[in-house]
Amino acid sequence: MSEIRNYTLNFGPQHPAAHGVLRLVLEMDGEVIERADPHVGLLHRGTEKLAESKPFNQSLPYMDRLDYVSMMCNEHGYVLALEKMLGVEVPIRAQYIRVMFDEITRILNHMMWLGTHALDIGAMTVFLYCFREREDLMDMYEAVSGARMHAAYYRAGGVYRDLPDQMPQYELSKWKNEKDVKRLNENRRGSLLDFIEDFTNRFPGYVDDYETLLTDNRIWKQRTVGIGVVSPERAKQLGFTGAMLRGSGVEWDLRKKQPYEVYDRVKFDIPVGVNGDCYDRYLVRVEELRQSNRIIKQCIDWLRKNPGPVMLDDHKFTPPPREEMKGNMESLIHHFKLFTEGYTLPAGEAYAAVEHPKGEFGIYLVTDGANKPYRLKIRAPGFVHLSAMNEMASGHMLADVVAIIGSMDVVFGEIDR
Amino acid sequence: MSEYYLNLIESLTSRFGNAITGSSVHFGEANIVVDKAQLQQVATALRDEAEFKFEELIDLSGVDYSEYGDGIWQGPRFAVAYHLISIKHNHRLRVKVFADDEMPVVDSVVNIWSSANWYEREAFDLFGIVFDGHPDLRRILTDYGFIGHPFRKDFPLTGHVEMRYDPEKRRVIYQPVTIEPRVNQVRVVRDDHRYTGRMPEES
Repeated sequence: MSEIRNYTLNFGPQHPAAHGVLRLVLEMDGEVIERADPHVGLLHRGTEKLAESKPFNQSLPYMDRLDYVSMMCNEHGYVLALEKMLGVEVPIRAQYIRVMFDEITRILNHMMWLGTHALDIGAMTVFLYCFREREDLMDMYEAVSGARMHAAYYRAGGVYRDLPDQMPQYELSKWKNEKDVKRLNENRRGSLLDFIEDFTNRFPGYVDDYETLLTDNRIWKQRTVGIGVVSPERAKQLGFTGAMLRGSGVEWDLRKKQPYEVYDRVKFDIPVGVNGDCYDRYLVRVEELRQSNRIIKQCIDWLRKNPGPVMLDDHKFTPPPREEMKGNMESLIHHFKLFTEGYTLPAGEAYAAVEHPKGEFGIYLVTDGANKPYRLKIRAPGFVHLSAMNEMASGHMLADVVAIIGSMDVVFGEIDR
Repeated sequence: MSEYYLNLIESLTSRFGNAITGSSVHFGEANIVVDKAQLQQVATALRDEAEFKFEELIDLSGVDYSEYGDGIWQGPRFAVAYHLISIKHNHRLRVKVFADDEMPVVDSVVNIWSSANWYEREAFDLFGIVFDGHPDLRRILTDYGFIGHPFRKDFPLTGHVEMRYDPEKRRVIYQPVTIEPRVNQVRVVRDDHRYTGRMPEES
């Protein structure tokens, strides 16, 4: 009999199913994984160290670049930590705007996840549909912040500006004729809120489409049911949060359990899985899409009825309005001090966490009373989830690794930081 | 919330006695400092005992205190901060362990919380804190063959080496950094009157 030996397989960092720059060293026994050793850090930029060299406000755009498919949720974690240390509460309207954009971000993130996860397992169509919807969501980002991805919209003390009254319009060009422009501008006639509302009306139908394509699909089930099973006990041991923990049947959602902003005022449900496999995590996330849509609707209703300030009036840490700055000495000084020196936080340490689309995103901030953080630690959910790779993939086939990576919803911006 | 955490701290100090060398509630969060030698027992009890039930290690972070407050720091140089959460009781706790200079060694908690595995590798990589009993203490975030621990305060922000393609040798080479370190905005500490009277509630 010939000798059979294990061999080592290098997966990534340029593999399309590696979701970025994951290098996975797999020890294989035939087609079965014996050991999976993820090598991360190929995208390490030292965000935490960079933040130590800058005033608090200037680190905010770095947060967008952590998990670059759920930008505003990262910002949210950071500004919550700042606000906790500043000891301020932001205006109620800003809280609603934040909740609304958190949920828009959640849909944005889950669309990306669903599209690529399905693509990895072999369903091309879903990917195209998901990216169609992402286009609308990014237009919402653009309307409110001017940037389609890296918004830098949340600020300590509120949000940068109020929701715009009109949407940007498509214009005639070489590529778009009159008919196209008319069709594209159809739902952009009103304000941003009208545009979002139009989306929320259409969106449940889209989710039905995805579910038609996937939920009862035989191939989809064969690829995901019983793959990467994690028991609730192990999920807690492994530090899972978010959909990964809920997929294993633990009812845990920071939005419900430790509500921040106005999550205690909106109605929504937490979907929970049963078996803790890739399929349950898929179901949980798809249901989260519907729940997010529900939250957005409630926020739209509230925001229509209640105008008000979206930023605190304390110019020690929020910039004064431009007009005031030109005519008022004090505002000018505030502006100058804020943008040259920033503000200081009281000495101490704080940890603030949000329910990020991927799990618990936390910011651990240590300050010594200076205008820069002394130490900033980013608790990235993907990092912990990926560390369970070995346990989840061992004993499965090579092709299942792709399904497991997909169901973890990893993004390397946040894992490598 | 502060009230709740003061009670929690009280029951923690009565349970662990002198294993806890310091505690406070600040910003509505409970902090305890645990004696390095007794970390294993305390951590196991925190996870298992019905009153605490900290099932999850949410975060583990190294901190280098060498430049804290421009030199007012008197304690040991390194600290490891563990963020724990209890799903059952819905409460959080920050546990800190201090480790001294040069060869900071802390007991690993991988046997207690599996999620500590990569976190400890990260803290080892970035701060050079050695976790005694860790099954596989390798570097994780920095490059293969990296020298130094980049998040220590004496490690420059620009790093020591940079990488470029050398057309003569026809390969990627490392060379000393060519960027000048610069400070765009200086660090200032201000006594802000708004923050007085908001000091931690010692218990």
